[in-house]
Amino acid sequence: MNSISNIFFIIGIAFDLFGCIGLLRLPDVYNRLQSATKSVTLGTCSILLGLLLRYGFTAVGVKALLAIPLLFFSATVAAHALIRGSYKFGIKLSDKTVVDDYKDVKK
Amino acid sequence: MKYITLFIILFLLWLLLTLNLEGPNLIVGAVAALITMLVFGKHFLRDWYKFFQPRRYFWIIIYLGIFIWECIKANFDVAYRVLSPKMPIKPGIVRVKSTLKTDIAKTFLANSITMTPGTITVDVVDDDFFIHWIYVSSSDPDVYTQKVMGRFEKYIKRIFE
Repeated sequence: MNSISNIFFIIGIAFDLFGCIGLLRLPDVYNRLQSATKSVTLGTCSILLGLLLRYGFTAVGVKALLAIPLLFFSATVAAHALIRGSYKFGIKLSDKTVVDDYKDVKK
Repeated sequence: MKYITLFIILFLLWLLLTLNLEGPNLIVGAVAALITMLVFGKHFLRDWYKFFQPRRYFWIIIYLGIFIWECIKANFDVAYRVLSPKMPIKPGIVRVKSTLKTDIAKTFLANSITMTPGTITVDVVDDDFFIHWIYVSSSDPDVYTQKVMGRFEKYIKRIFE
């Protein structure tokens, strides 16, 4: 069981790392939010699942399991609020952007 | 009845969080759930009876499986785009139309879209979802509507409507 939970830890840390690399490499604030909020959330969820496997259904394991939905909902709402806020604030999309349907919606 | 449903959910959450069935712990949990219920009860869902329909829980389990699978697939896709030296991204904001009616279903659809890597819901205006997508793969509305939300929409409809 310990080795399976170690595999979950490794996957989680790898995805956290990919999220951070994306944060540095991607061109504008919107793309950076994509990798910063989501790869990192899923990586953290994987680490919490590994914790559940290591401790089983004890006080620690169940708390780790409950933290997953809480993290999911708070991270989605935060990502949505940040991206909408930066659009309303007037931050430009990067040059690579191919389509923008949101600009004709009345502000 | 709306208040009682909220109370039951909060109390179950407390029991899961503490994992302890002794008397004092139950009383503390009941009091905390009661206070929360009195403060937030009037903002709770109007159609509370949906919590007592077992077939919805069946669809939630199926939906969770599909959602996790899509998440993992999309996560590898984004990881590839981030790591590859040429960075093959084609970002853009697209408008997709949904057929869902109730607010709670729209909320969950927007949350699911945001949680799949590669897409973030920027705004919801009536039936239109505005979605920032890291790789806009086609310019045909039907195709990308199917790609972004088609796989989630029918299950969410069964769960919440």
